Amino acid sequence: MSIFEYNGSALVAMVGKNCFAIASDRRLGVQLQTVATDFQRIFKIHDKLFVGLAGLATDAQTLYQRLVFRHKLYQLREERDMKPETFASLVSAILYEKRFGPYFCQPVIAGLGDEDKPFICTMDSIGAKELAKDFVVAGTASESLYGACESMFKPDMEPEELFETISQALLSSVDRDCLSGWGGHVYVV
Amino acid sequence: MECVFGMVGKEFAVVVADSSAVHSILVHKSNEDKIMLLDSHKLMGASGEPGDRAQFTEYVQKNVALYHFRNGIPLTTAAAANFTRGELATALRKNPYSVNIVLAGYDKGIGPSLYYIDYIATLHKVDKAAFGYGSYFSLAMMDRHYHKDMSVEEAIELVDKCIIEIRSRLVVAPPNFVIKIVDKDGAREYAWRESVKDAPSVA
Repeated sequence: MSIFEYNGSALVAMVGKNCFAIASDRRLGVQLQTVATDFQRIFKIHDKLFVGLAGLATDAQTLYQRLVFRHKLYQLREERDMKPETFASLVSAILYEKRFGPYFCQPVIAGLGDEDKPFICTMDSIGAKELAKDFVVAGTASESLYGACESMFKPDMEPEELFETISQALLSSVDRDCLSGWGGHVYVV
Repeated sequence: MECVFGMVGKEFAVVVADSSAVHSILVHKSNEDKIMLLDSHKLMGASGEPGDRAQFTEYVQKNVALYHFRNGIPLTTAAAANFTRGELATALRKNPYSVNIVLAGYDKGIGPSLYYIDYIATLHKVDKAAFGYGSYFSLAMMDRHYHKDMSVEEAIELVDKCIIEIRSRLVVAPPNFVIKIVDKDGAREYAWRESVKDAPSVA
């Protein structure tokens, strides 16, 4: 089994009309065994910026602590919150630092930039950014998620409709993946 | 074949561990205590590589004591759990410890809490946790019978059910178990469940 599939995860982020939604599953497993059904994969960096971390849970926790640290330092120096685009570059740089001994994580970043323009992106475990205008996915259920999102997504959805769409996409995809599931957490901003 | 498990009850948490020290096919001793008292209100049950287990749990215990000496107040259970995870995470890519930990504690104002800490430093706050082959049986038993706010009697009944399952269904089941409990009055040994007693040493 791949190291990325050790704990199991599913993450998806979608863009709506002046809003975004980010959702994750809730399972924490150790290969075939489920350890917990309330594991948190999505973290708030500031009111308009969320990051989800798929992949190995221990690296997700370590990476989250490093990112919060860097953002707090940025806030102290610049006296403002980081823009999502800047944050994505920061995550990419931190991941590439460990190019030959990487964090086994795939981050999904979702935020509202200038004038509340939604921004989403994902990257692989060594920081290759993938910007998208509609949706991004990560985790063990990513292939199912691509399919579900492609068929269910419409541009410029209002928050309520976006919530429904992302929830249905997440739930139907994780139902086909044994390593992720047990409910979902959805954040709509 | 090491079994460690634990659960949270009403105003207490209980941790159970087997007590056999095994080297390949030989059982060195059957009354090894694998649940360390970190301080007056914390229990750390550990399973894994014997050397790492003893060394790492002692290291955490001494650091918890050091914090208390330096700062005059004890660490909370959450803080101790995060410290433990940090040490495991830092060592992970240099010289990893092969120790799985169930950390239970009682904090005034917060109540009892239980933390699952993997050998690769995955940390999660839980109501019930288990490691090892025994976890296949004890987690299933706990999923069926556990409910929030169990009394001590109910929890120990469930612990005994889990031990019976492990003894009857695990091929190399450990014969003896130690049960420790932590509540507002502190962390202490609750009972032993022995089916094989070590021969008394000759005076």
